[in-house]
Amino acid sequence: MIEVLAPGVFTTIQDGGRHGYGHLGVPAAGAADPFNMRVANRLVGNPDGYATLEMTGAGATLRFDTDAHIALAGGMLDAQLDGQPVPAYQTLTAKRGTLLACGRIVAGWRSYLAVAGGIGVPPVLGSRSTDTLSGLGPDAVIAGAVLPIGASAMTGEGAYLRSPPQYGTLTRLRILAGPHQDWFAPASLLTLRESTFRISPQSDRTGVRLEGTALERVRAGELPSMGMVTGAMQVPPSGQAILLLGNHGATGGYPVIANVIGADVHLLAQLGPGAQVRFSDVSLAEALEALSRQEARLQQDIVTADASLLAARALMTLAAGHASLRQAAVTEGRRRIRIRK
Amino acid sequence: MNLRPMGEGAVLVEVEDCTEAHALRRALLDAPLPGMRELIPGQASLLIVADPLLLDLNTVAARLPAVARDSPVPGRLHEFSVVYDGEDLGLVARQLGMATQELVRRHTAPLYEVAFLGFVPGFPYLTGLDPALHLPRRSRPRTRVPAGSVALADGYTGIYPQATPGGWHILGRCAARLFDALRVQPALLMPGDRVRFTPGS
Repeated sequence: MIEVLAPGVFTTIQDGGRHGYGHLGVPAAGAADPFNMRVANRLVGNPDGYATLEMTGAGATLRFDTDAHIALAGGMLDAQLDGQPVPAYQTLTAKRGTLLACGRIVAGWRSYLAVAGGIGVPPVLGSRSTDTLSGLGPDAVIAGAVLPIGASAMTGEGAYLRSPPQYGTLTRLRILAGPHQDWFAPASLLTLRESTFRISPQSDRTGVRLEGTALERVRAGELPSMGMVTGAMQVPPSGQAILLLGNHGATGGYPVIANVIGADVHLLAQLGPGAQVRFSDVSLAEALEALSRQEARLQQDIVTADASLLAARALMTLAAGHASLRQAAVTEGRRRIRIRK
Repeated sequence: MNLRPMGEGAVLVEVEDCTEAHALRRALLDAPLPGMRELIPGQASLLIVADPLLLDLNTVAARLPAVARDSPVPGRLHEFSVVYDGEDLGLVARQLGMATQELVRRHTAPLYEVAFLGFVPGFPYLTGLDPALHLPRRSRPRTRVPAGSVALADGYTGIYPQATPGGWHILGRCAARLFDALRVQPALLMPGDRVRFTPGS
């Protein structure tokens, strides 16, 4: 079992989601960043859809009352295992009694902790995910919670992810034209592709909200309610778009100006408040190619390794991480100075 | 019928009304498209969600007209006994310029159709509301509408499956348990089902 000493800012249990019930109005929920949830699971020998902890904005502090193989993936953390810094994107071993302090998320916005065997809470409609919109599934994780661990089928010592993703403060998302382009002024279709937008603090697991030049509608009235998908860029009358994440409502009534491609949903889910985003068009063929590449990466870039190789990789990653952290601090400092001017 | 892609993994099929969407949905459930994952009806659409690597717009376009010609099969009929003592009953009657008895009579007269489910799990958007009862939402939504509330807004009537914030006008309440995640069929009402309200006490 895992004892939660502190949940961080907002931590929930998330797996592959509650699929197949959209026609009943049930949100899929599941990991906002399915790519990193799957990476974390694979690093501990779990099937893709096992339940993980999704930590938002900051990491949880946890104690393991059993030996466990664990892995972190997603937004960059300054995590420590019994006071020793540990890297993401590789298998770690937590001995019984070990304290894992996941620390702050210093780049990106959501990090995933997988444990071999998965978080073993009871499933609801086939999923262990916390549905933050409708309340299905387990409650958000609170201090004092005790999380059961399922039976592990992990063999070997572990694995790591080759060339892990890095999340910055300016992200470019690739889009496909949406179904309701005719609802928008041509100038706004251009604005969408030429402006930089900021992520609003109002964002949550249902959607990432943008702040910036308003996208102007040329049609009044309401769109008949229709089924929605993750990545859809809905534009309410305010003109400030909402990019849907996995916990979006099954249906919605705002016109969809564009859709973020599936391969970039992990980038979308890593956009925290204040981060900046730009959009660029791709073809359907390019979107499918990117998705295939991402799937192939899950097969090819997770490399099994023994304990000594993992230890060496940890040292290298942490050294590189310190350098990039210093760089991030310098960039952030410059940004603040600019703002003050 | 009009097809509009929604990203690489979904196609929005725009149709005349929800009845056509339900006929299309049933036909596609009987003869699934390759990689089909979800079929989500909307007010005048059906969203087909599929494995992006298997979804092909041309295949969908070629298959759809054939299934749409199938005659619609009406859904199951449900009767709900409603206690018409809702917080907004008097106000709604005054706004519509009719007596509360007249409001109740007009609300219990139609045979409604479940257009689609949304907002919260199992919440039915029922079409067939008497045009004389069309009202926009409340200007100030309530922070809590109790489970079982029978309400109307935006040309629909519906039943709240769980206590949630809500902006519809509450006419009454019924005892039906509309959604229970532990049931084999979690939602009592399915898209295309028919609903009749009867005055109860």
